[in-house]
Amino acid sequence: MRKSISLCLMALGLSISQLFAHSGDSTKIASKAILPDADNAGLKLPAGFGALKVADSVGRARHIAITDKGTIYVKLSRLVNGKGIVMLRDNDGDGRAEEKGSFGDFGGTGIAISGKWLYASSDQEVFRYALTPEGSLVNPMSPQKIVTGLINRRQHESKSIALDGKGNIYVNIGAFSNSCQEKDRQKGSMGMMPCPVLDSAGGIWKFDAEKSDQTYGDGKRFATGLRNVVGLDWNKQNNQLFVMQHGRDQLHDLFPDLYDQKTNAEKPAETMYALKEGSNAGWPYVYFDPELKQKIVAPEYGGDGKKVSTDPAFQDPAIAFPAHMAPNALLFYTGNQFPAKYKNGAFVAFHGSWNRAPLPQEGYFVAFVPFENGKPTGQWEIFANGFAGVEVVTGTKGAQHRPCGLAQGPDGSLYVTDDSKGTIYRIMYNGK
Amino acid sequence: MKQTRIFLMMILVCLVAKLSAQSPISKSVMDNGKTIYLSRCLACHQVDGGGVPRLNAPLDGASAVIAADKAKLIRIVLKGYSDRVEIDGEYYSNNMAGHADLKDQQIADVLTYIRNSWSNKASAVTAAEVKAIRAKLK
Repeated sequence: MRKSISLCLMALGLSISQLFAHSGDSTKIASKAILPDADNAGLKLPAGFGALKVADSVGRARHIAITDKGTIYVKLSRLVNGKGIVMLRDNDGDGRAEEKGSFGDFGGTGIAISGKWLYASSDQEVFRYALTPEGSLVNPMSPQKIVTGLINRRQHESKSIALDGKGNIYVNIGAFSNSCQEKDRQKGSMGMMPCPVLDSAGGIWKFDAEKSDQTYGDGKRFATGLRNVVGLDWNKQNNQLFVMQHGRDQLHDLFPDLYDQKTNAEKPAETMYALKEGSNAGWPYVYFDPELKQKIVAPEYGGDGKKVSTDPAFQDPAIAFPAHMAPNALLFYTGNQFPAKYKNGAFVAFHGSWNRAPLPQEGYFVAFVPFENGKPTGQWEIFANGFAGVEVVTGTKGAQHRPCGLAQGPDGSLYVTDDSKGTIYRIMYNGK
Repeated sequence: MKQTRIFLMMILVCLVAKLSAQSPISKSVMDNGKTIYLSRCLACHQVDGGGVPRLNAPLDGASAVIAADKAKLIRIVLKGYSDRVEIDGEYYSNNMAGHADLKDQQIADVLTYIRNSWSNKASAVTAAEVKAIRAKLK
């Protein structure tokens, strides 16, 4: 009986691998020009750029990875028909995916390709699947579990991942707290000292990208003092991990005597950090003030809204952005399709704010951050906008689409996911 | 004939009394409720009562907000909420702080406000109802 079940499972596994393996040759990138949608998929883009919808309504599309032959893998935060990873393929070369498959019985955010492996995370584990040379999965039914037992207390639970191509995987473990108060999000509650959250979360952990079943003891806390990182990417020019931190919420709600509603809407900054082993970005003790351009002592730890932190342990951001816009993806652009100014610069997908009420919400766009010699120039600009579908977002629920993931296709196109309606966008440069 | 008229009048009085017990929510209750909402609830639950997808629960149209059983709603405001909560098929993960420092009347007013704002229409919450739940929590 048991034997016949395992035979049956094997047959099932085979048929699924065939499903993913077929049409391998036809995934080659078509040489003919791919035409954007007439309305550029509803996006506002710089001159010369166009966009199309690769797919729609795929589910809650978080991060995205694309093989060198163009097969797209999208991680869903919530299962659709019991599956948490969607595979998309454009077989006829028009840029739109007509082949779709799904696998993986876990929801989550992280997905990345390194060498012959597709890595994907749940909210407490990291798995990997072997890829065929054509970019299909060797066995979608049985991934290797790389990391397990990571803390998931719902808040900031997503485990984003990045690989350095040298055998290491970096995993964000977000803080299960807003600002490490004794009572989370309670008005006037003071911060715990030292903050116990930092022992197992609020940082980036480094693991071996090949070993099975690693947990905290097998990995290393690579960087700390990071409240929650959703967007992160390995910078190949610098050989360095860059991350985008979600800054803290609710300065006004929690300390109304120190911060009015307008100040709350503008502070603290969303921040990018260039990490080294041992980096400390200072959460929960300090936050970065985009107006004062200083690290300010958090009110939970004795700050008054102006007191500058002099603690040398805490690192300055590489660049700061306006408050609360929720950077959910970071991508260094290495392609040749876009004009030269984009090469080696960073794209950041801002998911869009909720913590600016009663002022209008902001974000809901993809920004471009120019880099020179491996560092941000200090400027940034909105690259792709219009995801929200409305001029002003008063309540977060009013945004139609919310950018969440970024990937670069083999031809240098930029792909953007939306975890609200499940749209996958492809942005191309058609100008001369 | 006269008796019939008195009887009819009594029925009318009863009807009016019943209607007034159900419907009218005074402007002052709604105004007080709105003041509390703006200072305590707005940041997470938003201007449109829509909440924030996957983080902060919506109030507009939420079955738990307009439910006939008000006890659960009162308990959440007093004690806060830190479980992953499913509302109408969606999960919300952010912690909500308790607001036990508000007076019974303030909690009653803000709950009456959220039960009768946006598309919501439900009965008022009274200070006595809040007081009864608060006593049980102690």
